[in-house]
Amino acid sequence: MISISGLQKSFGSNRVLAGVDLEVGRGRSMVVIGGSGTGKSVLLKCVLGLVTADAGRILVDGVDATAGDRDAFLARFGMLFQGAALFDSLPVWQNVSFRLLRGALKRPRSEAREIAIEKLRRVGLSPDVADRFPGELSGGMQKRVGLARAIAADPQIIFFDEPTTGLDPIMSGVINDLIREIVTEMGATALTITHDMTSVRAIADEVAMLHGGVVRWSGPVAQMDRSGDPYVDQFIHGRAEGPIAALR
Amino acid sequence: MAQSVPLRGLAALGAMALAVLASVGRVTLFALSTFRHMLTPPFYGREFLVALGNVGWLSLPVVGLTAFFTGGALALQIYAGGARFDAQAVVPQIVALGMVRELGPVLVGLMIAARVTSSIAAEIATMKVTEQIDALVTLSTHPMKYLTVPRVLAGIVAVPLLVGLGDIIGIFGGFTVGVKSLGFNPSVYIRNTWDFLEPLDVISSMVKGLAFGFIATLMGCYAGMGSGRGAQGVGRATKSSVERASVLILAANFLLTGVFFSL
Repeated sequence: MISISGLQKSFGSNRVLAGVDLEVGRGRSMVVIGGSGTGKSVLLKCVLGLVTADAGRILVDGVDATAGDRDAFLARFGMLFQGAALFDSLPVWQNVSFRLLRGALKRPRSEAREIAIEKLRRVGLSPDVADRFPGELSGGMQKRVGLARAIAADPQIIFFDEPTTGLDPIMSGVINDLIREIVTEMGATALTITHDMTSVRAIADEVAMLHGGVVRWSGPVAQMDRSGDPYVDQFIHGRAEGPIAALR
Repeated sequence: MAQSVPLRGLAALGAMALAVLASVGRVTLFALSTFRHMLTPPFYGREFLVALGNVGWLSLPVVGLTAFFTGGALALQIYAGGARFDAQAVVPQIVALGMVRELGPVLVGLMIAARVTSSIAAEIATMKVTEQIDALVTLSTHPMKYLTVPRVLAGIVAVPLLVGLGDIIGIFGGFTVGVKSLGFNPSVYIRNTWDFLEPLDVISSMVKGLAFGFIATLMGCYAGMGSGRGAQGVGRATKSSVERASVLILAANFLLTGVFFSL
């Protein structure tokens, strides 16, 4: 469903992506792992058009992601940002139903609110959260609201950018379980970037490791521990010693 | 080959000139893009009304107080200055002219730059730093349409009205001082003010208000959208927005005053 080939991106003299090739099948959950600064977020942003790639091709269902109607293209996506990226000036329910209150997917206000409350329930938040503002919520609750927003318009593809960063282990487990459940029940294609190995094991069908601007290894999550790749081994076991320099 | 000191100085001057021209080019393109998005749907009416409240309604207290005290001080200055050549009687006329043609628009413009430009720049820059602008894009909402157009339109609509109110309150400040402290007859003061002002004075005030409203809100949006990372990025965006807006407002005032003088 998502096919990335030869993707390159540099920021000045810093070459972040040096020819990334990656395939994510329809309804599959791919997790991209890699150290900080290896271009995981840039990869997601290139697919969404938030960052323009220098070279390479991104196809979604065989269609070039950079061509055609951007709104129609983005309407197929949901995205959970690292810091949730909720709009401070809007109450929670308007954050969740943002896409349903304007544009091509616009619904009547009351219907949009009902959908928002239903999605909040789906991520384990009670309806009374709907009228609160993002600033009044804890980090874990904000992540859940971000997740509810990501699934509000029933997208075919969902991106998760570091979904458990900054959360305690219990809340991380809750978010991981939610992501897994939602992706399975919606039949959505998921692309997650993280360096949290607990998340990887909970969310992934397949794993790809990004290092040195390219996909160093990819395969089913069950094979990750037997990859035979010293870079993958060092990363998943969190060893300071190995081919990946601790100081980058 | 090492450059001589004069050549190095010249090169630095050239680099600075190029940087200024590049900056002017970027602001111009941003303004053109804002106009283009103003004319094409979708339009976000709710965001416009919120921005109108922030720019117009919430600026009323600071604009009113600034205008009142300035009008009062102006009356005292003109009275004291006029006394040197026995021309104290011109206080109502000069207060009205000074407030409407010059001080009203400029002071309101600068107050808006301080209050609104900084607030817009900080808000949008924070949205950028916290990925809220990226989130807007992924939600199929163009940030220029959703954030910039409503704020700039609100500036264009609200600031001329604020200038008009500032003019009236400033004149009232002069009137209060004139009547209470300087012994002017109230009805004579009002008649002299009314008779002296011409329609062109009021029109120039409104046109300046429109231009300053556009500059103040545009600079806030421009700095916010171009903000760097982190708290330092937000701080720099806020500071530069107020600096640019204030200088551009004063420069535009000079140009517009020249235009209205030539009419």
